Amino acid sequence: MYEATEIRWHGRGGQGTVTAAKLFAQSAMVGGKYVQAFPEFGPERTGAPVKAYNRISSKRLTIHCGVTNPSIVVVVDPTLVGTTDFTEGTDEKAVFLVNTKDDPAAVRKKIKLKGGRIYTIDATRISLETIGKPIPNTAMLGALAKVSGIVDIKRVLDDVKEDFEKKFPEKITQKNLEAVKRAYEEVKGE
Amino acid sequence: MRQINPDVCAAYPITPSTQVMEQFSEYVADGLVDTELIATESEHSAMSACIGAAAAGGRVMTATSSQGLALMWEMLYIAAGMRFPITLACVNRALSAPINIHGDHSDSMGARDSGWIQIYAENAQEAYDNQIQAVRIAEHMDVRLPVMSCMDGFITSHAIDSLELLDDKTVRDFVGEYKAINPLLDVEHPVTYGALDLQDYFMEHKRAQAEAMKNSRKIVIDIAKEYKKISGRGYEYFEEYYMDDAEIAIVILSSAAGTVKTVVEAMRAKGEKVGLLRPRIFRPFPYNELSDALSNVKAVAVMDRADSTGAEGGPLYMEFKSALYNRKKQPLMINKIFGLGGRDLMLPDIEMVYRELRDIKNSGKIRALSEYITVRGEEAAYGKA
Repeated sequence: MYEATEIRWHGRGGQGTVTAAKLFAQSAMVGGKYVQAFPEFGPERTGAPVKAYNRISSKRLTIHCGVTNPSIVVVVDPTLVGTTDFTEGTDEKAVFLVNTKDDPAAVRKKIKLKGGRIYTIDATRISLETIGKPIPNTAMLGALAKVSGIVDIKRVLDDVKEDFEKKFPEKITQKNLEAVKRAYEEVKGE
Repeated sequence: MRQINPDVCAAYPITPSTQVMEQFSEYVADGLVDTELIATESEHSAMSACIGAAAAGGRVMTATSSQGLALMWEMLYIAAGMRFPITLACVNRALSAPINIHGDHSDSMGARDSGWIQIYAENAQEAYDNQIQAVRIAEHMDVRLPVMSCMDGFITSHAIDSLELLDDKTVRDFVGEYKAINPLLDVEHPVTYGALDLQDYFMEHKRAQAEAMKNSRKIVIDIAKEYKKISGRGYEYFEEYYMDDAEIAIVILSSAAGTVKTVVEAMRAKGEKVGLLRPRIFRPFPYNELSDALSNVKAVAVMDRADSTGAEGGPLYMEFKSALYNRKKQPLMINKIFGLGGRDLMLPDIEMVYRELRDIKNSGKIRALSEYITVRGEEAAYGKA
């Protein structure tokens, strides 16, 4: 029977949301899980809302349709709170990880959510303080590692390092690793 | 493609093609392969260059999609007619208009009469496995035909999926050294390609081509058996999923079959005798084996991710109907057109098709032979039974 943790990522073009979903899947895969990561492709515009998805399972995944009832929702961009319905298709056990300055109770009030569990992390601030740019994707990865419990933080750090080393100078890689670690420590629950 | 290390790869490397060529060009630049990469100005030129390189005596590969394949059209027939064992990774995507970049089978289904062998993959693993086998099938001395290895656009091509790779040496040993037949570059033995061939011999050459396609029936299975020895993964003409005692079944290609499997498991858990048949080799069409596989089924829905407008239904449906025409035992058969331009096929959509099949099995009555599903508008059925 089909069993998987389904994750939906909400972000804006240019924030690395799709990259984060891919890296998260990769870490879970190295950790021995069957994984899928796929973006919702449309016209690619910086700043436009984008979605990406993960399926993570201990069983081989054959399903190939979109994710409609995620058990984890990751909101990478704070301005999506209150402007998009990122709770669509979720049930009362869903977990929400939101990049925001606010605490979980404030988010709950703002989106009028009953049930579910909300976690918050000020990933934009962390990315500004570490990387120097508002690209919160790696910080969100660190927070998600903590909240989901699906992957080990060491593994996430290894995978981010391996992926970034291919594309960026050592300094940028190190700053991103710092962002992952800080978010892992700083994420707040209810 | 890196592991196969072809001699020549000619492609038009931007949209509508996918990252396949972008990634491969990095391997070329990094010296991981010694392929001659030719970036052409169009897909028509890409296939022309592939044909030229194959005539010269090289092992040739390319990749394309959608409009790109459409622009290759004229040259697809020439590659097959000249019997060049070119392999092409086709990332299945919709054809314009309207403009759409997502997955459906309109591109390769339109090329089904071009003389290419066609293999359809359910997932990334199979796309990888098929691509390696394609080289051996194409180059087999009883075949010498081009092979199109198809996978679903975006769903398979742009998603991250778990995949087991073979090591480079195993793949290189498996594909082996390329044996060119009558290469143009063998100047000691000059040959002519593309000569005029009129009423006197054209038909014999076409017949020889058809015979080669028939021969490939056996070869695709032989190669699959050999491949199983190195990979542990076995492949047949088609995959049967819970078909042994199935009373109703869905026939469907590629990634959507994986989603159907999820529904089959759930319905089987409730005791419903449902099954799935996923064709893998579409050309040559294994009509006898596929007909046998459906012989005990009461009702079948053949689901097409492409249409042949004006026909009774989609291309896969027509093949199955035709294959079963002379059979004494025939299931009742309907056709659903789904997933055009990447429209998602969700679990409840599939359940609905199985429910309709159950009604057909019980009542013996078909409401509509073919219809579009998961689509807006009035009931879209056409072709009353």
